Amino acid sequence: MNRRPFLKLVSALTIATALAATAASAETIRIGAVAPKTGPLAGGATVTQWPSIQLWVNQVNAAGGLTVDGEKMMIELIEYDDQTNPGETIKAVQRLATQDDANFIIAPYGTGLNLAAAPLFDRYGYPQIAVSAITDQQADLAAKFSNMFFTLGTTTALAADVVKVLSGMRDAGQMGNKVAMVNVADAFGIELATAAKPLFEEAGFDIVYETSYPLGTQDLSPVIKGAAAAAPDAFVAWSYPPDTFGLTEQAMIENLDVKAFYTAVATPFPSYGTRFGAAAEGILGAGGVNPASPAFMEYAAAHEAVTGAKPDYWASATTYASLEILGQAIEAVGLDRAAVSAHLKESTFETILGPISFDENNSNAAFWTVGQWQGGVFKGVASRGRDGTVPVILKDGWE
Amino acid sequence: MSLTKTDIRNLILAAAALAICALLPLGDNGYWLGLGVTIAMFTTLATSWALFSGPTHYISLATAAFFGVGTYVTGLGIDALPFWSLVAIAGLIGAVLAALVGLATLRLSGVYFVIFTLGLAELVRQSITWVQNNTGQKGLYVLTDLDEAGIYWWLLGLAAAVFLTGWLIGRSRLGFALRVIGDDETVAAHSGINTARAKVLLFMLPGAVAAMTGAILAPRYVYIEPSLAFAPILSFQVVIMALLGGASRLWGPLVGVIPFTFLLEAVSSNFPNQTTLVIGIAFLVIVYLLPGGFVGLLGKILHRLNAREGA
Repeated sequence: MNRRPFLKLVSALTIATALAATAASAETIRIGAVAPKTGPLAGGATVTQWPSIQLWVNQVNAAGGLTVDGEKMMIELIEYDDQTNPGETIKAVQRLATQDDANFIIAPYGTGLNLAAAPLFDRYGYPQIAVSAITDQQADLAAKFSNMFFTLGTTTALAADVVKVLSGMRDAGQMGNKVAMVNVADAFGIELATAAKPLFEEAGFDIVYETSYPLGTQDLSPVIKGAAAAAPDAFVAWSYPPDTFGLTEQAMIENLDVKAFYTAVATPFPSYGTRFGAAAEGILGAGGVNPASPAFMEYAAAHEAVTGAKPDYWASATTYASLEILGQAIEAVGLDRAAVSAHLKESTFETILGPISFDENNSNAAFWTVGQWQGGVFKGVASRGRDGTVPVILKDGWE
Repeated sequence: MSLTKTDIRNLILAAAALAICALLPLGDNGYWLGLGVTIAMFTTLATSWALFSGPTHYISLATAAFFGVGTYVTGLGIDALPFWSLVAIAGLIGAVLAALVGLATLRLSGVYFVIFTLGLAELVRQSITWVQNNTGQKGLYVLTDLDEAGIYWWLLGLAAAVFLTGWLIGRSRLGFALRVIGDDETVAAHSGINTARAKVLLFMLPGAVAAMTGAILAPRYVYIEPSLAFAPILSFQVVIMALLGGASRLWGPLVGVIPFTFLLEAVSSNFPNQTTLVIGIAFLVIVYLLPGGFVGLLGKILHRLNAREGA
């Protein structure tokens, strides 16, 4: 008999047993994460959601773990791909709660997937600190799912602050009051357009061009040409990632002559700045951060060092902040989920965005709403209760 | 209609199996119930799909279209009407929509029909979005007290109704006509069978059932948006599960759905970073190794045993 393989096997077994013993003595905190790695929302989730999770777990474990009842506990991350399918999100949360015995679960990605998971988070008592779930129904949802928290703002606030920024430019005499407004004909695009239209009219704007296009439209030149023919002062698009890029590209080709150009989702993505370079200067978009704050700069540097990619200028930092909040709550009250949820409702948390607390509707009332590309960086120009907004600049051509 | 002893025995066995399945929520209210909902959903969809596509060999990819319509019926009506009536309305709308589609396309055959049904989900989705866009509709939220167990029982009831309907059709003149059409449509027409009428009638069944399934599952998704309600992957999953089981028997899809659900579950939990890739490979393996599905495999084994006995 050849002894070597046998010896190898024995030594491997010994090491494995030893490892298992150490693992058992130092308990870990099991944290589950479910979000798209494939499917329509994978593009957004791999920019905004997954890298921030990876960074946070990496940093916490590098520091020796979270302090629970005076003892350091490492985080064990359990990841699942929901394929952008609510049925899969439900199965994964179910699996995390009952098979993996996860101590906590990070909120999923996207409004639809967060809400599909909400009944399960509620049933098993997991706090759900949702980020990319922007809705005006926060009061109803918080009443129904008492452990669900909202961090990124409301649909109406996002739309209203665009109107406010444009009103400010008009009242300062920088531009006229003609607006071209378009939207992608899909859930969030329709909601934003529906919220914005009466606000524009109330603010005395003249909507000279209004249209919508189906999700996935490849040729957006009729939209930009139609808008250009109406000679607006401002162009506002309630758009999704593919058409945010498509409309900007088309506006460059047509040399759309406006003083303000706004596209919604994905405008704060670093890939947007890379793709359009100097032409992006002065473009407004949904979201924003204070990129000059030391906390954000430190986060962005660590994000790039650990994940190899830059964070976006909106929801990335909020996703990271939501994890900081979860970590602080666990350190404050331990692994009891009901206690963590109660703590979330009553405390204020120090995050890279500044202090965050939740109101009676479980909503964070301080968030960014409008940002603008200035000098290759997407800077917040409007917010609800956040410091560091910069003055808005005029869109000056596409060169 | 007369029942033989075997029929009565089968009916009793089926009723007993149904009763056992109905007890699941009492035993486990978490993980296994979640899988139970998935299995009940796909059993209902795949069995009703096979009732039409099995005998006629018309591959329909319209499941997602009807399913999406059903979720929207619940999404739009949940604040105004009781849940059971929404399920009924969804079934009605699904059947009418299927009849319209059937009248327009079932005179076509083969690939034309497949392509049309694939496009149908997108057509319906765009129509609904168009209406929402023009009426300034806000997001649709379905907040009910219906929990996982309730949804499971609704689906189980629907599945039982599908099996019973399928069994009755199999014994009827309509079922016989469809088998003739599946074997040779020209012969069927020459024998005096109104082939178009028979096909349209039967196509209404999967349409209604898929819409009702969507209506029942809407409370589980809470938030209804077009990209989630009309996801085309659903149509393909139903076809693959039905074919894995075998579409030529009433119970065929069931024996496809159960192993497939467990396979998907095992893949998603063990390969979180390669889920889609591994599922794709599993499809290929199934198609190569089990072209006739489990029903075909069973048939082969029985055939071999008989041959051996004969020799």
